[in-house]
Order: sequence, then C-alpha cells, then structure tokens
Amino acid sequence: MEQLLHMDQVNKNYGGKIALQNVSLTVGSGRIIGLLGTNGSGKSTMMKIAAGLIQPASGTAEILGRPVGLETKALVSFMPDRPLTESWMKVKDALQFYEDFYTDFDPLKAERMLQFMNLNLGDKISTLSKGMNERLQLTLALSRNASLYLLDEPIGGVDPVARGKILDAIVEFYNEDSSIIISTHLVRDIERIFDEVIFIRNGELVLHDEVENIRLKHGKSIDDMFKEVFAE
Amino acid sequence: MCHEVSIEFDNNLPIYLQIMNYIKKQIITGKLQPGDKIPSVRELAVELQINPNTIQRTFQELEREEIVETRRGLGRYVTSEESKIMSIKKEMAGDLIQHFIQGMQELGFKEKDILTIVSDAFETDKSNLKEEG
Repeated sequence: MEQLLHMDQVNKNYGGKIALQNVSLTVGSGRIIGLLGTNGSGKSTMMKIAAGLIQPASGTAEILGRPVGLETKALVSFMPDRPLTESWMKVKDALQFYEDFYTDFDPLKAERMLQFMNLNLGDKISTLSKGMNERLQLTLALSRNASLYLLDEPIGGVDPVARGKILDAIVEFYNEDSSIIISTHLVRDIERIFDEVIFIRNGELVLHDEVENIRLKHGKSIDDMFKEVFAE
Repeated sequence: MCHEVSIEFDNNLPIYLQIMNYIKKQIITGKLQPGDKIPSVRELAVELQINPNTIQRTFQELEREEIVETRRGLGRYVTSEESKIMSIKKEMAGDLIQHFIQGMQELGFKEKDILTIVSDAFETDKSNLKEEG
C-alpha cells in the first residue's frame, strides 16, 4: 500500500491539555476515510497537523514520504470547519481567490461542481444559508487536484437534504487516485461512503479498520460501534 | 436497472454482500437479462450513495462467481450461461429453505410435521384459488 499519509507517535498538547497522544497511522491512496470522534476528541488537531497548519509536539507526520511542511501543502487540500472566505465576497470572488492561491485549482471542475450544488457565481457569500455555504466550501476544497483531501465536519450543522447533496457530491466528484479523510460525529448518515474508519477518543486512536470488516466481525453498523466505543 | 435501483441497506451487514444479493435477485426475476450490460462502478456508487470501492468489490465477487463478466473496453455484462443463472436460483432457494427449516425446528417441529404443514399450506392455497376463480 502506498503511504499517502503516515503518522508516527504524534503528540500534541495545548498548554496542559492533551490533544493527541501517541497517534500512529498509515493511510493509503484511493480511499475515503471517516475520522470519527466526539467533540474535542482531537479530530481537528489531527487534520491540522496533516495539513501542516500546526506542528506536533513530538513524533512525525509525512505525506507521500515527505515530512509535512511547505512542500506537502501543495499535496493536501484542507476544508476547515470555519470558512476561509470573506463575507464581502461573491461566489466568483471565492473561486478567483482559490485559483490565485492554488496552482492545482481546476476552474472547470469548480464550475461543474457549482452547477451540481445549485450555486451561482453571482451569489453573495454573506447571504448564503449554512447548508449552501458548506456546499461552496466543499466545492472549493474538492476543485483542487490534490493527493489528500481533509474535510473537517463537512456535514456538521446542515439539514438532511443538504447533507444528502454533500454526500452525493463527494461520491460524484471524488478522484479515485486521491484519498479523502472526513471528520464527523454524524456517523449514521455517512457510513456507507467510507472504506475505513478511524476512531479517536481523548486524543488516542482506539480503532482503525475497514468498515466492511467491522460489519463482518461484529455484525454491527459503524454507528452502533461508534456509540459503543464512545459510551459515557 | 439504473433507473429503478432501490435497496434498503442494513448497516449491520457488509454492504457488498447486500448489493451482490440485490443483483442476483434482479437476474433471477428477469429484471436483468442474460447478456445485459450492468452499470459502471461510478454510476452505481453515485446512484446508491455508496463507496466506489465497495461497488468494485461487489463486481469482483460476482465475477469470481462467474455471474458477471468483463468485456475488455466495453464494460460488465450479465453472464449468458443459463446454467449459471439456474445455479444462483438454486443457491438462493437453498438459503430460503435452510432458513425456514431452522425456524421450524426452533419451534419444535420434526421433519414429518414440517412436511405435513407445508403440504397443508399448499392445499389451502389451491382451494382459496378455486374459490376466487
């Protein structure tokens, strides 16, 4: 298996609070991976380390064999849980912003995706509903030709209709040579698009397996497994 | 098939097995005919909102069972061999029967009772049909 993302003994804390504890994992290419955990479990921290936005306190993170840094940022497309776009922008400004910023941005793909998402170039971002804004952020992130896509809570806080549309778009526009890591705590709606899932609890990796293996071994849905692992 | 796909998935069971069974049923009931082209991985993935690798695995398993064949550059087709289709039918019938017998045995019925109950059910069925006709 090609090592698209490899983390070895990664630790991270914010002040005295432990965010990640000895996290080691390997992710191959051509996969859709669920990064599952409750709020505050360390999902966003893990994504930010992979995206090169923050540094681990100890341990290493590599993308395609290269240590995470300036060079790997070109390989990774990160959709943060808070939008990067400014409120004065129109959809077309946001596209232009991404095109200027990222050489791998594919304007034709972006246009096809916008159409699929029922977004218009002239829409003002400040007037978009939360669901429409999520659709825009996803369009921006997936329109780059990256090797690894990191989507932080892409379906958090949107209604089931918008959720369905976002899942459709992920399956429809996903490039099979790349991998997508999607963090969420809404497991039931999304578990059928995963190849594998990573469970992270209190900063520790507690499970990493293929979803069909989990169903076969435990006779359980990923959602039930999630509830069991995270029961308080 | 592409336009009438509807599967109620059970997330507790491997999804690829459920899609395999679905396609087998489509073949047995004639909704998919021998030699029919089946949708591509991407088409089915989008249609069912399922991971493309899961669909890929489904097709690989169906190929291994020689129910589906790949024609290079053209796509995947339902086998034209009637014997294969008969064997799926037998396999699915076998599963149903086994399930039934197990259930009846759990209720405490022995072979002879089960046979009587089944033939009685057929008789009732026939006489109901006569009354209606």
